[in-house]
Amino acid sequence: MDLILDGILQALRLVAHLDSEVLAVTLLSLKISCSATMISLLLGIPAGTLLALATFPGRRLVVSLINTGMGLPPVVVGLFVTIFLWRNGPLGFLEILYTPSAMVLAQSVIATPIVAGITIASIQNLPANLKLQVLALGATRLQMVWILVREARLPLLAAVMAGFGGVISEVGASIMVGGNIKGQTRVLTTATVMETGKGNFDVAIALSLILLTLAFGVNYLLTVIQQRERPR
Amino acid sequence: MTTKQIQMRIMTRAVLILALVWGTVVWAAPKTIILATTTSTQDSGLLDVLVPQFEKESGYVVKTISVGSGQAMKMGEKGEADVLLVHSPEAEKKFMAEGYGITRRLVMHNDFIIVGPAADPAKIKGVTVASAMKQIAQSGAIFISRGDNSGTHAKEKGLWKAAGITPDGQKWYQQTGAGMGQSLNVAAEKKSYILTDRATYLALKKNLGLSILNEGDSKLLNIYHVIELNPVKSPKIHSAGGKAFADFMISRKAQDSIKGFGVEKYGAPLFFPDAGKNPASLGL
Repeated sequence: MDLILDGILQALRLVAHLDSEVLAVTLLSLKISCSATMISLLLGIPAGTLLALATFPGRRLVVSLINTGMGLPPVVVGLFVTIFLWRNGPLGFLEILYTPSAMVLAQSVIATPIVAGITIASIQNLPANLKLQVLALGATRLQMVWILVREARLPLLAAVMAGFGGVISEVGASIMVGGNIKGQTRVLTTATVMETGKGNFDVAIALSLILLTLAFGVNYLLTVIQQRERPR
Repeated sequence: MTTKQIQMRIMTRAVLILALVWGTVVWAAPKTIILATTTSTQDSGLLDVLVPQFEKESGYVVKTISVGSGQAMKMGEKGEADVLLVHSPEAEKKFMAEGYGITRRLVMHNDFIIVGPAADPAKIKGVTVASAMKQIAQSGAIFISRGDNSGTHAKEKGLWKAAGITPDGQKWYQQTGAGMGQSLNVAAEKKSYILTDRATYLALKKNLGLSILNEGDSKLLNIYHVIELNPVKSPKIHSAGGKAFADFMISRKAQDSIKGFGVEKYGAPLFFPDAGKNPASLGL
């Protein structure tokens, strides 16, 4: 019990003193995970919308693959991204292994299926006749897609939250492709693993609390936006 | 303003902020070298002192990847690192013989110790390390092994072999597959015996509740070498950077830092500088 109290006190102390190292680690976590979430939105929403509306042979298979991808284990992603990014790997010429860019890449791979999967579900949940109505009113196909995406914006915000939540909290991929390098690729989750390994449980607890607060803050913001428009 | 407009504004701002954040994520910095090393040099905090000194002096940026010695050498073989700081002498000799390294220089040493619950159920205090291993096996007290091909794990396997014991598959023999710090935490929780380097133990001691039960045998020496990698094996190795780091590790300045590291905090040095010494003087 003492340990948890110590951890909370330590967290308050670190935050109150604006400890520069903790601040840098926190900002980097936020930067990397926000970037990855944004990339996953840019890829996942169009892909999900397309899959929800289009009909083609093998569509069910692709949707099943995406749904499986929603539970993609971060360590597996980490391992494959590492192998690809090795100096002698297929993408070695990029020279981004052990940099934040590599972490953004790995986290995007984790978040994109999550966003795409929720997008498919949200678009398909719209009233079946909506599509026909919109077309009957003279919209072009592109306008129709835009209107459907707009109609699904509330559940799509859930996709943003799930994607962000998935990447800000993962450690397996970050530690493999980032290497937990001090001042370069150390983020909240990898720092927590390291401090636990070092036996600095109070610092580890402090970092965890900061991570939780951060995740809560971002989700609270998104929820406020989402619930503002809740159908009453 | 309607709700819709407010919402649009919030959305545009959110996109702008995200774009800014994305723009500031740094891309690969120039002049970086990759140091593959053991968990003990990281978990003890030594590299947090040495790496910034080297970076300031040389202008290189070091990416420290702290893994077991076995994995560090694998990275070296594949050309995925530029310099190694490792402590697994037998494996290192093989590594050099196969031509993966160009120089291998003595940096420092400390020693391995066997720690465990103060009650010492296997009564290993004061006996030779070979008897200690035998007694642990006979008593059936839990022994935690790193099991990760690290330098410490290699040393441990050597000690079992020397004692004529095959621990694999025994109920009392449990492998964590984790770093030194993590494994010590597991051993503390299970009140079991474990082989550890002294530096990591001293750095973590306060939370462990494990005591030093066997130490001092010459077989327990823990020796660290810095290895420059052979660019012929993999042309992508930054050999100039690797050489700069290796030279730094045996420089006066680094050796003094090693000597003083931890004295203030733990009352005793964690590592003993050895640059330029004849390995034979350490009993090798």
